[in-house]
Amino acid sequence: MSSAAAEDVAGTPATPSGPRRRKSVTGTRRTAAALFLLPALVLLGALVVYPIGYSLIRSFLSQSGDSFAGVDNYRALFTDDGIRTALKNNIIWVVFAPTVSTALGLIFAVLTERVRWGTAFKLVVFMPMAISMLAAGIIFRLVYDQDPDKGVANAVWVGVHDSFAESSAFPRAHPGRQSPLRPDQGGFVTAGTVHTGRTVALPLVGVAPDRMPKGAEPAARAQPQPGKVTGTAWQDFTRGKGVGKLGAVDPAEQGYAGMRIEAVKDGKVVASTKAAADGTFTLPAAADGARLRLPASNFREPYNGVDWLGPALVTPAVIGSYVWMWAGFAMVLIAAGLAGMPRELLEAARVDGANEWQVFRRVTVPLLAPVLAVVTVTLMINVLKIFDLVFIIPPGSSQDDANVLALELYRKGFSEDQPGIASAIAVFLLLLVIPVMLFNIRRLRREVRR
Amino acid sequence: MTTQAGSLPKAASATAVRPERSLGARLAERVGGGLVRVFLIVVGLFWLVPTVGLLLASLRTPADMSASGWWRVFSEPSQLTFESYRKLLENGDITNSLLNTVLITVPATLLVVAIGSLAGYAFAWMEFPGRDWWFLGVVGLLVVPVQVALIPIAELFGRIGLFGTVLGVVLFHTGFGLPFAVFLLRNFFAEIPRELLEAARLDGAGELRLFARVVLPLGGPAIASLGIFQFLWVWNDMLVALVFTKSGTQPITVALQTQVRQFGNNIDVLAPGAFISMVIPLAVFFAFQRQFVSGVMAGAVK
Repeated sequence: MSSAAAEDVAGTPATPSGPRRRKSVTGTRRTAAALFLLPALVLLGALVVYPIGYSLIRSFLSQSGDSFAGVDNYRALFTDDGIRTALKNNIIWVVFAPTVSTALGLIFAVLTERVRWGTAFKLVVFMPMAISMLAAGIIFRLVYDQDPDKGVANAVWVGVHDSFAESSAFPRAHPGRQSPLRPDQGGFVTAGTVHTGRTVALPLVGVAPDRMPKGAEPAARAQPQPGKVTGTAWQDFTRGKGVGKLGAVDPAEQGYAGMRIEAVKDGKVVASTKAAADGTFTLPAAADGARLRLPASNFREPYNGVDWLGPALVTPAVIGSYVWMWAGFAMVLIAAGLAGMPRELLEAARVDGANEWQVFRRVTVPLLAPVLAVVTVTLMINVLKIFDLVFIIPPGSSQDDANVLALELYRKGFSEDQPGIASAIAVFLLLLVIPVMLFNIRRLRREVRR
Repeated sequence: MTTQAGSLPKAASATAVRPERSLGARLAERVGGGLVRVFLIVVGLFWLVPTVGLLLASLRTPADMSASGWWRVFSEPSQLTFESYRKLLENGDITNSLLNTVLITVPATLLVVAIGSLAGYAFAWMEFPGRDWWFLGVVGLLVVPVQVALIPIAELFGRIGLFGTVLGVVLFHTGFGLPFAVFLLRNFFAEIPRELLEAARLDGAGELRLFARVVLPLGGPAIASLGIFQFLWVWNDMLVALVFTKSGTQPITVALQTQVRQFGNNIDVLAPGAFISMVIPLAVFFAFQRQFVSGVMAGAVK
C-alpha cells in the first residue's frame, strides 16, 4: 500500500517488468531457489505464521490450556471491565490519533513550501520518528508533570491562565481575633464605615511566611491625610507567644503588598487601590463613608494547572505525545505527494481568481486524497498496536484508565496468567488488520501480474 | 512539450493580471506570509521544547529537579552538571544493557539484510513454481502485529531454551523484519536491468556470484534504507525485549522501563539514560536522513 510513495524515494518504481522479462537469466535449478529462500521461509514460518495458528487455537482453550473453552475467551473481550476500557480507548486512539497526525502533517507540508527554512522545520518535526517510544514516553512524563513548577505543559498553561485571571497572593489569609473585618462574598469587609482624614487598620493573619508576596516590606503605620482615606493592610502576627499587639502594626510584621482594596457604598465600588509594599494604601475622598472591602480575588487558591495524567485526560495526553512522534511521518509522506503534484493546476486555479484557501480546499486536498488515505490507514494500523507510550506515560494510578488492547494483552498474557484471553485479544487485533492485508495483496498481485 | 506550450499563455496572462491586484491584496499576502512564519516557529518550538527539556533535566541534579523545572537553568546555568551521566556510566546494569542493545540490534539488522536480500533476489529473478504466490504470502505478513506472536513464541522459546537469551530476541526481530525486507528488496531488485544480469551470466557467473557481484552492489540504496530502518526499529524496541529478555540480557529500553514506576525518584537515571539511548538513533537519523526517509516511506505499512 505504500509503494506509491516509495517509488519516488526508494527508487523502486512500482511497475515491475512483466513476468516474461524477469524470467530467470540463469536457468535456475529449483534447489538453488529453495536454498535462497530457505532461511527466510523458515524464520517467517516459525516466528510469524506458526504464532498465528497457535494464537487461533489457544484462544479457544481454557486458561490452563488443557480443555476446550468455546468462545468464553472472546466473550471476555466484551464483558471484562479492563478489556472494555481498553477497547473504548483503542477506538478513541484509532479515530483521533491518525486523523490529527495526518491533518497536522498536511498543514505543515503545505505551509513549509512557503518558507525558505522549510527543510529545517521538517527536520525538527520529523526527528521524533527516530527515537524510541520509551524515550518519548520519558520526555512526555516530564512535560506533563502536574506541578507547574516542573512540568512545562502546566507551566505554560498556568502562565496563560494567570495572565487572564490574576492569581492571588493571600490564599489562606483571614481575620484574626478582634479584627474589624468580617467575611463577605469570599472576601472580607470592614464592619464600620471609613472617613477621610482618619486611618484604617486592616489586619489579617494566616499567610505562611514563605508565601508572603516577594516585595513585602515591614508594615508601616499609615499617616492620616486630609481629604483622603489612608490605612494599612498587613499580617497582624508576630512569631512567639504574646509578642506583638493585636490590631497594631508591630516592627516584625509585614505589609500585604499588592492587596486589592475597594471602597464600597450601597453595594457599589466607588474607589479602589492596591496596598504598597509596606501595606499602606490611600483612597480618594470618594471613599468617605464607605466600607472597605478586600475582594475575593485576593484570597483565591492559586491555579494549579491541569491534571494531564489524571483519569479524565490521560488518553488525550498520551495521544498528544503520539501525535508529536508521528505528525512528522505524515508530513514527510504528504510533502512527497505535494512535490509530485502538477503545478500548472494550482497556478491555473489561482489565475482563475481562487484564493489560497480555495486552492487548498478544492485542488490540493483532492489531488492528495490517495496519499492522505495511505497515511491515515498506515497510522491506524500503527495505532491499533500502540503499547509503549501507554505503558510508560500514565502513572500507576491512571494506567487502568489509559488501558489499550495491546497493553491488556501483555497484562493478561504475562502478569495475570490468562493466555487464553490474551490470545483472543491477539486474534481480535489480527482480524482488524486483515482488510489491509488483503488490500496489500490484491494491489500487489496486479503489479506482479502486469 | 505540448503541455508546456499550452501553459505559456496562461503564465503570461498571470503576469498581466498581477499588477491589477490591489494594494490590499498584496498587503494581505505579506501579513499572511508573516503569520505562516510565526505559526511554523511556534510549532517548531512545540516540537523542540520537550526534547530540550529532557536534555536539560539530564544535566541537573535530582535535588534541583525536585525543586524546580528544567527551565531554571536559563537563569542559573551553574546548575548544569554531568554528575548524573557520570553516575549512570558507573552503573553496571545500565552499561550492560547498552551493550545488550548493541548485541541485539547489530545481528538483527545484518540478519534481516542478508536473509531478506537472498529471498528478494529469489523472488525477483529465479524461477520456481508458485513464485508470485509465495511472494504475495510474504507481503500479506507485513501487517501482522507483533502482539500476535508474543505468547506463542514465549512458549516456544521456553521449550527450546531460547527464552531470556539475546539470540531469541535477535531471531524474533529478524522474523518480523523479514516481510518488509523481502517486499522492499524484491521490488528494487526486479528493476535491475536484465542485460546486466545476462552479461554476468555469459561471463560464467553462477547464482551466488550473480547475487554477490551484481545484485547486491546495485541494490545498495534499497539495502541501506532497509538496514537503517531495521536498525532503528530494533534499537528502539521495548515490547519484544520486555517479553523475551531477563535481567542479564535486557536492552537499555527495558532497563529504563523498570525505573519508570517511581519516576520522580529515578529522574537522575531516566533522563540521562533516555538521552543516551537516543544519541545513536539520532546520529543515524541525521547522518542518513535520505535513506531513513525512503525506508520509512516504503515501510509505511509496518
